[in-house]
Amino acid sequence: MNTQSNAVPEVLSGAQAVVPATVTPTRLLYWSIRRELWENRSIYIAPMAVAAIALIGFLIATMGRAFSTSDLARRQAVLQEPYEFATGLIMVTAMLVAIFYCLDSLYGERRDRSILFWKSLPVSDLTTVLAKASIPYVVLPLFTIAILFVTESIMLVLSTLALSASGLPVRPLWTEVMLLFLSLSYHMITVHVLWHAPLYGWLMFVSSWAKKAPFLWAVLPVVAIGTLEKIAFNSTHFLGWLQYRLSGPDEFQFPGPHTPPAHVMMHLNLVNFLTTPGLWFGLLLTAAFLAAAVRIRRYRGPM
Amino acid sequence: MPCIEAHELRKSFGTTVALDGVDLRIEDGRILGLIGPNGAGKTTALNAILGLTPFQGELRVLGRNPWTERDLLMRDVCFIADVAVLPRWLKVSQALEYVAGVHPRFDRSKAEGFLSKTSISQTKRVRELSKGMVTQLHLALVMAIDARLLVLDEPTLGLDILYRKQFYDALLNDYFDCNRTIVVTTHQVEEIEHVFTDLMFIDRGRIVLSCSMEEFAVRYLEVTVNPDKVGPARALKPMYERQALGRTVLLFDGADRNKLAAVGEVRPPSISDVFVAVMTSPEAQAGR
Repeated sequence: MNTQSNAVPEVLSGAQAVVPATVTPTRLLYWSIRRELWENRSIYIAPMAVAAIALIGFLIATMGRAFSTSDLARRQAVLQEPYEFATGLIMVTAMLVAIFYCLDSLYGERRDRSILFWKSLPVSDLTTVLAKASIPYVVLPLFTIAILFVTESIMLVLSTLALSASGLPVRPLWTEVMLLFLSLSYHMITVHVLWHAPLYGWLMFVSSWAKKAPFLWAVLPVVAIGTLEKIAFNSTHFLGWLQYRLSGPDEFQFPGPHTPPAHVMMHLNLVNFLTTPGLWFGLLLTAAFLAAAVRIRRYRGPM
Repeated sequence: MPCIEAHELRKSFGTTVALDGVDLRIEDGRILGLIGPNGAGKTTALNAILGLTPFQGELRVLGRNPWTERDLLMRDVCFIADVAVLPRWLKVSQALEYVAGVHPRFDRSKAEGFLSKTSISQTKRVRELSKGMVTQLHLALVMAIDARLLVLDEPTLGLDILYRKQFYDALLNDYFDCNRTIVVTTHQVEEIEHVFTDLMFIDRGRIVLSCSMEEFAVRYLEVTVNPDKVGPARALKPMYERQALGRTVLLFDGADRNKLAAVGEVRPPSISDVFVAVMTSPEAQAGR
């Protein structure tokens, strides 16, 4: 950190003047996340592409179908239908992107040897893993919510025009879509981020550890334990537990299209959610997986 | 404070001993050539120095423990591990942006200056560049970092001779000054031996020779003798001999120059000749 050592240099070039050289941790994190987005463009391209497809489908089919019927009640129903389907599609896409991102997050850099380049820079393993973890936990959910908002707004504008042109009331649709959006955002943060946290933690842990085929390493042990239990004890406690970890208690299920709007907001209140058995254990498990990933990355080099 | 100081440095992988109690001390402002056969422990030693692998024994690089403080150490240390570690998806402009973002001592305009002397366009991705260009890019990034230690592990492996020459010329003319230390491992010793200030031979995890180039020049001498003088020359106890165009070339360690001059033509040997002599010496062979 200093050049006040005994070897006093004869020539001091200007660039050699020692300045306290630091980069703030937030800046390191910011650039590490940007680097992830540069590398994994699917993080934003895939949900956007699905949103675009949903919009095109909405335009062609819904508008076509809505106006092919002269029954106004039917027309109104058709115009309200596609919201849930479009949002569901975008959310599933985001989840798939997150899963595949996590599986490759700490494996890909070892496979292509670029870990040697990343490790040659003053970025700690902790910062790297946190930046990567922020993709499924922060970046993708926020981005998905933003895409949902834009997609639904566009659909809402189009439906409003169609409804007004037919002299139908607009208000019920607006109420429903706004409730849908709010409860979806809430569902996204509670279930997709907090409840599913251990899933992404596990995938990143496997990704940091596996020397080969991280997908198999992520899935096979789970299948093996379930099979072993079934054959040895003829019971399915492990698979039951796993299913609970993945889907949560019943009230986590996103209510279907026939649920009355008021119920949509009530289906999972915050107190119920925060006291759900297993939530805090899951978050602890996530922290353990990520801590293990940080530690393992320190030992890992290119393959 | 020396730049690198190791004491009893050990590392083994299973039953294979990669570093077998290495002691070394490298002062600031040196250019050290670390030479050894494949599997001698060169890369393991460098990995330990760079905080890429845990080790036993003591090791301080710029006063830090590289294994526990890699991220802090990397503010002052740069390395090029081998040619192909820049990620293929990275754009040249992104590489500049990212390093500028995370490295406190990176001078982006300097890197752009180096790049402008090459044919590398900033809009290209690494996968679109030739191997030589990727090395140029990596070198441009590294040379724009005001680091105190630069570690190069076979930096020119697989490059053609033009790129290799450019690489070392750029390093010497535009980068090296007496505040920096450079450690290089390479199999192409002849090309850069004039650059070294210090030399280290490593074999089976041990340092078998460590000296400055001045010491090297005083210590090792090579004599080319005609067939009739081979007997007297051998009496002076050469460490190695070989045949060349009907004459015999003998290599001496610490012999009297005047005595050697009496039997033949005395020259300074090349590093690779001494390397071969040291590695094939009876003591070295005994351990194999």
